[in-house]
Amino acid sequence: MLYLSLVFVFILSYSFYFYGKKRALSLKFKKNENLSSLPDYYGYYVVLLVFFPAIIIWFFLLIFKSNFQEMFVMSPVLFPDVATWSSGKFGLIMNKISNLSIIVNLPEIDLTVGDKSILKMASESEIIAAKNLANFDKIYGWSNLTLFIILPVLLGFLATKSISGKLNAQPIVEKIISYVIKGSSYIAIFITFGIFFSLVFEAINFFRYVNFMDFFFNTAWNPNRAFVINASEGFDQEALKEAFGFVPLLTGTLLIASVAMLVAVPLGLLTAIYLAEYASSKVRDIAKPIIEILAGIPTVVYGFFAALSLAPFIKDVGEGVGLPVSAESALAAGLAMGVMIIPFVSSLSDDVIKAVPQSLREGSYAIGATKSETIKKVILPAALAGIMGSFLLAISRAIGETMIVVMAASLRANLTFNPLEPATTITTQIVTSLIGDVEFDNPKTLVAFALGLTLFVMTLILNIAAITIVKKYREKYE
Amino acid sequence: MSSLEKRLAAEKRFKFYGMFAMTLSLFFVLILMYKIFSTGSGAFVRTTINADVYFDPNFIEVSSNSSKKEIMKASYVDLADQVINQNHPGLDEENFIKVREMYTRKFDYQLRDYIANNPNVIGKTVNLDISASSDLDQIVKGNYPRNVPEAQRKINDYQLSILDSLDSKGKMSKTFNFWFFTNGDSRDPETAGILGALMGSFYALLICFSFAFPIGLLASVYLEEFVKPGKITDIIEVNINNLAAVPSIVYGLLGLGMLIGVFGMPYQVPLVGGLVLGFMTLPTIIIASRASLRGVPPSIREGALAVGATKMQTVFHHVIPLSLPGTLTGTIIGMAQALGETAPLLLVGMVAFVMEIPGGAFDPATGLPSQIYLWSESAERGFLEKTSAGIMLLLSFLIIMNTVAVLVRRKLEVKW
Repeated sequence: MLYLSLVFVFILSYSFYFYGKKRALSLKFKKNENLSSLPDYYGYYVVLLVFFPAIIIWFFLLIFKSNFQEMFVMSPVLFPDVATWSSGKFGLIMNKISNLSIIVNLPEIDLTVGDKSILKMASESEIIAAKNLANFDKIYGWSNLTLFIILPVLLGFLATKSISGKLNAQPIVEKIISYVIKGSSYIAIFITFGIFFSLVFEAINFFRYVNFMDFFFNTAWNPNRAFVINASEGFDQEALKEAFGFVPLLTGTLLIASVAMLVAVPLGLLTAIYLAEYASSKVRDIAKPIIEILAGIPTVVYGFFAALSLAPFIKDVGEGVGLPVSAESALAAGLAMGVMIIPFVSSLSDDVIKAVPQSLREGSYAIGATKSETIKKVILPAALAGIMGSFLLAISRAIGETMIVVMAASLRANLTFNPLEPATTITTQIVTSLIGDVEFDNPKTLVAFALGLTLFVMTLILNIAAITIVKKYREKYE
Repeated sequence: MSSLEKRLAAEKRFKFYGMFAMTLSLFFVLILMYKIFSTGSGAFVRTTINADVYFDPNFIEVSSNSSKKEIMKASYVDLADQVINQNHPGLDEENFIKVREMYTRKFDYQLRDYIANNPNVIGKTVNLDISASSDLDQIVKGNYPRNVPEAQRKINDYQLSILDSLDSKGKMSKTFNFWFFTNGDSRDPETAGILGALMGSFYALLICFSFAFPIGLLASVYLEEFVKPGKITDIIEVNINNLAAVPSIVYGLLGLGMLIGVFGMPYQVPLVGGLVLGFMTLPTIIIASRASLRGVPPSIREGALAVGATKMQTVFHHVIPLSLPGTLTGTIIGMAQALGETAPLLLVGMVAFVMEIPGGAFDPATGLPSQIYLWSESAERGFLEKTSAGIMLLLSFLIIMNTVAVLVRRKLEVKW
């Protein structure tokens, strides 16, 4: 129904274009008025005045559907004391009503029959609320549909009514559009604010439970402990102190990211050098897109590959040479991540290397240097800033990567620098603490936002550093 | 060795390193593809057991006159048991269970669907191909070894002997596994399909597109055409570049904390997943669209302004249409990235077990990549090939989208 009303909004707005234009034309030709704008603009004028209010209201009704549902079901008419309920009680009653709503309208269930009839378990008003809930989608849909037929038509006629020869529609239309355009570009800022505030807000809630210093400097990570001891009298402070230590997550993240960089930096850089300096254009045209396929493969695929093939393979090889390798070793996740990052390093470095002017190469050849000497002593130093920038971006990518580590790395925190041992990462812990649980009332889920904030700040610093390095140290030729 | 020879040797070595690195990178692509295709191809084929099915009216609660709704509601478990007894006469209770395990658990649903499509079949005997259970399927496909001790096998010796006798009678066959494309998720690998996840991803991408494309296009028009460089544009500019580099999981946290936590949007639905993907794709689209607008030569603008067009007319009648191919290419590439993105979907709950195929952006759903993740976490061997097959499907969508992007650029882009 909601989508149908959206269709109506579009159709009605579109048809008002013709209506507005026709009205303007009739003013001109039948009443001989002079129009201040082209007739088209009167059409646009009406369309905009119909479309934007209607679409804004539509989005509002779409986004807040569940709030309306709650207001509709838990109305003070049915439950006079609803305002005084605790959120726990509210949730329980809501749950009961939503369970009731599934059966309340079935014809074969008589609510009044039998000892254990539902009527006896639920109050009168709860059953009415359940019926309301069961019918809500229909009621909401139909009222929406009616609203979005009446509202555009009303707006359209009002707007058309206001058309006269003196009304200069063009500047009005352009003004409205310029506001819309401006608003669109501010949305990017709103998203950033949204990210920042939702992270900060929940992270502050987390730090109400857990001391800031304990979080950043403790070396033990056992978030489940925060649950075991708490029963009814709240959280055990001692357990909370021990439960959330960020250090092993940081070392695990850095360990896996370093393994990834150890793979990606040499391979990516050498590939870039070969493609830019040695390869014939034929090889380049074939090899470059194939390597870039690696960048387009979703990370869930790398994760699957790392967990299914790479990890057992590394384990077997390790056992073959007598090394104990864990099945969830940091090495497997790091290697897969490294492969993922190769095209990232190679295509960025490739661009920088190609940007080094030809005259530098020729100058070097002229004094008798070989190609590799030219690359090592002239081109790479000249392109160094850009290459470093690409490394930093790659590190930030590796730190923020989620799926590979969720699937291939360990869930257990382990303070180690040995890549053969299991290690966990920040992103893995964010996912495990939030999957299937959206109650933001305990430190175990809230910690995800504190971790997310830390991750956000880390990657932000790396990105800004990368941009600054490129800007500040780039050699400018010409 | 003279110094020149040394230098030339070093030159050769260096060139070799470069070639080696490139070949190794190419090799990774190959090995990844090989691994996925070799494990995934099995999912498109399903083992079936040929059986004579007598639709015995005594075991069917409905008659040929029943309405479709009644047929769909009735139970066919007894009928399924009866069919097995007919085809394997003389089984005691213990062996019956073993034989029943060789057929899919959803045997009764298969019978139900057959009756629903052919209500007149009741009372008649029909020769049908019944789907085998996933474990049997894996044995037939050779993914489970037969020559290990019985305790380590999912299929016991008795079942193997039945299998061999069925095989010698020519009753085992393989069909194309349509279920993979038409079913939702299931606990049984043999009936699990990808359609539910596909529709979930479709709705999410629809939402993502309708959010990110118009806003991305208009924002880039504002930044490129209307505003003079200044402090605010600098802020927006830095902002967009940083947004493009924010890890995707942080967008998931935004969706969870803001859309679900503050705005009270529902959990697990493509609406929220799509909006989060839209937030993520927005910077990509803005960056591509700005580059494309910058590519439109100033002479076009000056020409339009010279004949008396307003700024708005110039931009909307001339500049945007000319820049649209570039914007569309960027949008398609951004959407392809969004399709493969998993982490935000995990956080907004689009990773649950959902059997029904979602009918809209408000129904609980999984997405294609999160379904792959779900299956990959499952221990059964049957899901392993489903995972790989899901990846093959995902990759083919990505290839199609990227090809379309390249074609759009080639066919429509105006060269100046």
